[in-house]
Amino acid sequence: MPTRLPPISRLLTALAAVLLSGAFLFPLWRIDLEAPQYPEGLGLRIGIHAVEGMKPADLDNINALNHYIGMKTIAADAIPELRLMPWILGALLVGGLAAAVWARRGALLAWLVAFAAAGVGGLADFWRWGYAYGHDLDPHAIIHVPGMVYQPPLIGSRVLLNFTAHSWPAAGGLLLGLAFALGVGALVLAYRRPAAAAAAAAPTACAAHVAHEPVRVTTTPAAVRVAR
Amino acid sequence: MSHSLRKLTLAAVVVAAGGVLLHSCRSAAGTAVDLAAGDAATRVYVPPGQHDELYSFMSGGFSGQVAVYGLPSGRLLKVIPVFSQNPENGWGYNEETKPMLMTTHGFIPWDDSHHPELSQTAGEINGNWLFINANNTPRIARIDLTRFETEEILEIPNSAGGHASPFTTPDGRYVVSATRFSVPIGERTDVPIGTYKDNFRGTLSFIEADEPGEMEIAFQILMPGYNYDLGHAGKGPSDGWFFFTTYNSEQAYEKLETNASQADKDYIAAVNIRRAEACVAEGKAREVHAPHYHNVMDERSRVARSEVEDDVRLLDPRSCPGVVYYLPTPKSPHGVDVDPTGEYIVASGKLATNISVHSTAKLLTAIERRQFDGERDGIPVLQYDAILAGEVQKPGLGALHTEFDGKGNAYTSMFISSEVVKWKLGTWEVLDRIPVYYSIGHLMIPGGDSKKPYGKYLVAMNKITKDRFLPTGPELAQSAQLIDISGEKMKMLLDFPTIGEPHYAQALPAELIEEKQVKFFKVAENEHPQVARAESEAGITREGKTVHVKMTAIRSHFAPDNIEGVQLGDTVYFHVTNIEQDWDILHGFGVMGAQNAELILMPGETRTLKWVPKTTGVYPFYCTDFCSALHQEMSGYVRVSPAGANVPLVANTSRKAQTQLARAKRYGRPDAEHDRDRH
Repeated sequence: MPTRLPPISRLLTALAAVLLSGAFLFPLWRIDLEAPQYPEGLGLRIGIHAVEGMKPADLDNINALNHYIGMKTIAADAIPELRLMPWILGALLVGGLAAAVWARRGALLAWLVAFAAAGVGGLADFWRWGYAYGHDLDPHAIIHVPGMVYQPPLIGSRVLLNFTAHSWPAAGGLLLGLAFALGVGALVLAYRRPAAAAAAAAPTACAAHVAHEPVRVTTTPAAVRVAR
Repeated sequence: MSHSLRKLTLAAVVVAAGGVLLHSCRSAAGTAVDLAAGDAATRVYVPPGQHDELYSFMSGGFSGQVAVYGLPSGRLLKVIPVFSQNPENGWGYNEETKPMLMTTHGFIPWDDSHHPELSQTAGEINGNWLFINANNTPRIARIDLTRFETEEILEIPNSAGGHASPFTTPDGRYVVSATRFSVPIGERTDVPIGTYKDNFRGTLSFIEADEPGEMEIAFQILMPGYNYDLGHAGKGPSDGWFFFTTYNSEQAYEKLETNASQADKDYIAAVNIRRAEACVAEGKAREVHAPHYHNVMDERSRVARSEVEDDVRLLDPRSCPGVVYYLPTPKSPHGVDVDPTGEYIVASGKLATNISVHSTAKLLTAIERRQFDGERDGIPVLQYDAILAGEVQKPGLGALHTEFDGKGNAYTSMFISSEVVKWKLGTWEVLDRIPVYYSIGHLMIPGGDSKKPYGKYLVAMNKITKDRFLPTGPELAQSAQLIDISGEKMKMLLDFPTIGEPHYAQALPAELIEEKQVKFFKVAENEHPQVARAESEAGITREGKTVHVKMTAIRSHFAPDNIEGVQLGDTVYFHVTNIEQDWDILHGFGVMGAQNAELILMPGETRTLKWVPKTTGVYPFYCTDFCSALHQEMSGYVRVSPAGANVPLVANTSRKAQTQLARAKRYGRPDAEHDRDRH
């Protein structure tokens, strides 16, 4: 049965699926705004179902500041994707667990493809919203700087008038990245160590592999690129 | 004429001569005479952006307020309005805070604030509240230390000159207030002043103060008509006792400066609190009619309300033997200070040449052995020699107040010789002295009246500054001086001018309260009856001749900002809510021609300005607290028409505000926000 996943791959896949639950607990992305008047910090936390302030009133304050440049009000209600994303993540979580239980290499591959598609789609959508908020400005805005747009970077930092916006993955996003890396690791191991060979090996040897194999795999440059 | 007073007169002459010599010396040597210690600049330098080590709370004296200074820098951080109206932020002018200044005499716009007192637990500063007394119309205020705001004021009836106040017991249960000016008490107060000895009385009030918003007079002790000057609670072995100084035991009522300075000894009244409580519990106190105001700022609505309490329990020491004893103390004692261990009771006779220190152990023994020198008005007088621990010989002139460093040393302020004197508890030897400029009243060591002094700095509070700062015409600032007491020798570090009179101060380490400061009020929790939590809740209504305008303020507009339909003869109430929820984003509100102050609005807060227009026309209003880049645009108009005009009552928002409102509505806000905020 060459397409059956070895126990180590099943374990990693299950672990990856469990890590996806982190996206329900922690924000995926963070946008931190830096300005002289905000020594205490000001920022957004973007989760799978919400856009919230770093502090309770931050979203309202960012919207209040944005009214000067004519940006639309950022409100979770206005972003329908936020209602969809928990279902997608939930499906991925269940799918991952199913792949671990079913133990088919093809199922794991399919899961990873779906995961990657969701990730790329999510980032593209995030970028699209950033573009929309940054470009679709009220022509009667109080502050109008010709040629100036206010799209935050997808990742990295950008100066937007008196604010410097820093955009980076947050805990939930990092957990998703780690989950994907574990999934890829599981797949690589499945190709290298088919279930039959693994079953023939002594249990102690198997344990030794568990200890260091995933580390080696996830640190290969290819895996890191995929994870991003 | 007593020997000691002659000596004092002689000393004053010597002091005056010394002053002349000092002056000529200063002329010759410039400012070299009183240069601060060599490293003083670095000791008090707090670099830009850095915070001070301590908060100090100085009374504003005749300003009626409390000023907050950072130490060691001496930088003024805030003036907290307490007993005086403050047009700068509308305290006592806006409708919400007017009730805070209500008394049985009506609304009082000013008082004289003397003694800040930090609340304590187990004899140590706990950082919860600051109490302060009103001297002129006796009251006690509680200031919250998360908001730096007066939240409660209690009037003290049967009293005048609330000077010995609001000193706390170590458990924080009581603060006290005593009568500096004895007055007729009871039903008949319209009596000839010449009947002083028969009709004038003092009271010692014990006020329960350990629950915010619940200050209440537990009982008052009816005392002979002396002047009760200052007080401090016992602690440790003297816990359960409270000590009050008296002067004018001569019971003079005219030319007090002479007639109240005749007796060789006046008294410290030692009150046994537990005994008083027991007598009150046994019903030995009389309920007497004594209306007094209790004003409290409601936390949720931020609207103050006044209640009148009708009665107090008055306890006559004759009906409760053992509740008060007199400790004879030389020459008009002023301060009475208990050392951190609670054993020594330091009494500074302001006209005495020595400082007397009583012993708690001896005091308790003397009471047990009934070592009395008779009694006065039914109050046993203890034998001076039986209770005396020791005397500090020739410390200086005009000893007023003593605080402690927790290392066995005491520091006493000397008003007449204008110096601070350091001496040792137990040996009573003078260790060091340092001149202060000029005429020191209180001195303060952070925690220096508690069980746990901070002990690093001493602040001298001076009444006279003369040549210490750039001259500013005849009225000069009074001052505080920061002195390093960490070493054997005191070192002068800093002079800084203060508001009003820095009568007394208390201080605490910044970390005790720094982290719990409120940044803004949650507009969702604002329960003001006229709040507008969002622009959509703003509006205008008429009730007869009264017009209520509910208005929001947010960067950078008011909503509404155009109001028509107001008529001459109307009273207009502007209820303005600052709907910002951002740290340090304040708005203000002022109307042309209003015979009133401005409003200053904390984020999330509603304040109300009453305006009675006097003529028809159009009146601009504007934001008075520079809030944003478009602060200058934050303005509007009210049109006032003749009485009976047919101009409809309308409140418009500007095009700008309308655009914002429309945009907000498009995205389900602010109503969505409003609903969310409410829950």
